Amino acid sequence: MAELLFWPALLAYGEAAFAYLNDARHPGISGRLATWGVRIGWLVQTALLAVQAARADGFPWSTWAGSLNLFVWLVVGAYLIWGCQPRYRLLGLAVLPLAVVLLVAARVGGGTTVGGHSHYSNVFLVLHVGLVLAAFAGFTLAAALSALYLWQERRLKRHETSILRLRAPALSRLDEVAARTIAVALPALTLGIAVGVVRLRDRGGSFDALMAVTVLTWAVYTGYLALRHLAGWRGRRAAYLVLAGFVLVAVVRLALPVTHFAT
Amino acid sequence: MSIVLVGISHHQAPVELRERAALDSKRASELARTLAGERSEAVCLSTCNRTELYLADESPEGAEEKAEAALLALEAELGPALYRLRDEDAARHLFRVAAGLDSLVPGEGEILGQVRAAHAAGATGSILDRLFRQALHAGKKARTETAIGESPASISSAAAALAEQVFGDLRGREIVVIGAGKVGELAIRNLVSRGAAIAFVANRTAHRAQDLAARFGGAPLSLDRVGDELARADVVLSSTSAPGWTLTREAVERSLPARKGRPLFLIDLAVPRDLDPEIHELDGCYLYDIDDLEAVVAETLADRSREAKRAEEIVAEEADRFRAWQASLDVVPAIASLRARAEEIRTAELDRAKLNDAERRAAESVTAAVLNKLLHLPTIRMKQAAAAADGVIYADAVRHLFGLEDER
Repeated sequence: MAELLFWPALLAYGEAAFAYLNDARHPGISGRLATWGVRIGWLVQTALLAVQAARADGFPWSTWAGSLNLFVWLVVGAYLIWGCQPRYRLLGLAVLPLAVVLLVAARVGGGTTVGGHSHYSNVFLVLHVGLVLAAFAGFTLAAALSALYLWQERRLKRHETSILRLRAPALSRLDEVAARTIAVALPALTLGIAVGVVRLRDRGGSFDALMAVTVLTWAVYTGYLALRHLAGWRGRRAAYLVLAGFVLVAVVRLALPVTHFAT
Repeated sequence: MSIVLVGISHHQAPVELRERAALDSKRASELARTLAGERSEAVCLSTCNRTELYLADESPEGAEEKAEAALLALEAELGPALYRLRDEDAARHLFRVAAGLDSLVPGEGEILGQVRAAHAAGATGSILDRLFRQALHAGKKARTETAIGESPASISSAAAALAEQVFGDLRGREIVVIGAGKVGELAIRNLVSRGAAIAFVANRTAHRAQDLAARFGGAPLSLDRVGDELARADVVLSSTSAPGWTLTREAVERSLPARKGRPLFLIDLAVPRDLDPEIHELDGCYLYDIDDLEAVVAETLADRSREAKRAEEIVAEEADRFRAWQASLDVVPAIASLRARAEEIRTAELDRAKLNDAERRAAESVTAAVLNKLLHLPTIRMKQAAAAADGVIYADAVRHLFGLEDER
């Protein structure tokens, strides 16, 4: 019965996605409807995750689909921190459709069911997956912010006359918020990788390609922060670097079902 | 009571006429009180674009004459430019004015405050008070439910809004001003009003740079040193009459390493242009010249016109509501008389019945309920008829049928 919570969550995210689209064309009440859609959808999904956690035997999101469900919740939760401000509503156009698609994928893969059995044997693995997923959610949001930055920058460079009609957040603000998001997500990834490495040593497993890409992702985002602080990398170059890092995040996420998760 | 409006506006009267009819708030208030006298109501709305007199009076013809005479006393040549509107048309006009739909720039925000001030200073009674309150409501509603007043309507405000698109909050951002003429002053005001601060004013003649710096802050700077100070600037505003570039691509490029990726927004208000257009190609540099800004303003004005259609619908709804309220005033006395007469009969019959306390309470309750149920439908129907303009006929019929003529 609790699995039915999936539908109102999906409906609310879907409503928000459409309302964001409408708000981009006719700013006004649609923006507020979208914001409420995100809030309600996220609360309902929180309830779904809580029920899953309460009734599961161990870590409830140990399958790739379950982790996708958790990932969507983390992305939307991170978006909610500032996405409800009117200026950031355009970001919803990138985040909410993605949330809808991923949530449907999680459902199809059985990630929204209640009362499953965990494939994770110990708390280290739970910590490893939780931290890496949280970091990936942050990187996803940073990528959306950077994409919005590049779009807004292009409009300014092209002297688009509609720039004051369809207002995006200011360039400097997008740049700063993306950097802050990465500054929060990177320690989570670092810790997640460290926990994974410790567990790998204990069990004597081998270092696979997915791990290599994850470490590369870590290197890209570490490089981003280093270049930003030491060489003053900001703006367009920095945004491209964030998007490059996100390509690696996407590769890792897509490869997870094949390498790390039992289905 | 009828509502009468007599006035002039930018539509028919040139500025030479309007300025002679313009009244400051004190004189506008005095005129309203004079026109209202003991038995009427009057409000004088006087702005740079209009002087309008709103009167509520039993005799619309007399009120119109009074208002006309008052305006012609200010300027005898106003006659051909005067417009006269009554009741529903006058209300609709005021609602459009408050919503900024009758302004030179659709949706401009200043007018709402001016309508509020005129209302506060006027000699209002129940009619004009309700009219102006509803006009203010219509004005606010048009602005909150449409985007009519959101986009900038001038080049200087567009420049400041674009700077905000780059930096967000302008507080703490530093401007380098090149040229101390009048052209750039409005843009400076707009940027400074949003929190930006002037770092330097560079000008060919030092005393004018000092004068501008003294008024808006910052330090004077010679033109050949502008390139040296670019590392500090967030916004460059240039408006000289120099024939060549006051700032070249090379000069800006030299400042980029020291800027450490901070964006630079450049506004060129000069014709011929001051700033090398190739600056715009540099990473993190955004240059807008007068044509670019004009194109942005044209788009925002077109947006305002589009939004004006939605605002017109809001105004029409509010005007209908006001008309219904005003019409209901015709039947309210008849309804009140009818209810008073019914109550009088009920009380008299109860007194005559010689009941004990308990019986009296029960009878009072029953008769009051019967009366309310009996009069409910006629009351509603009379109000509906009033809204459909038949209210007076119905009110007269009720007075005649129930013998209420003496209670008028």
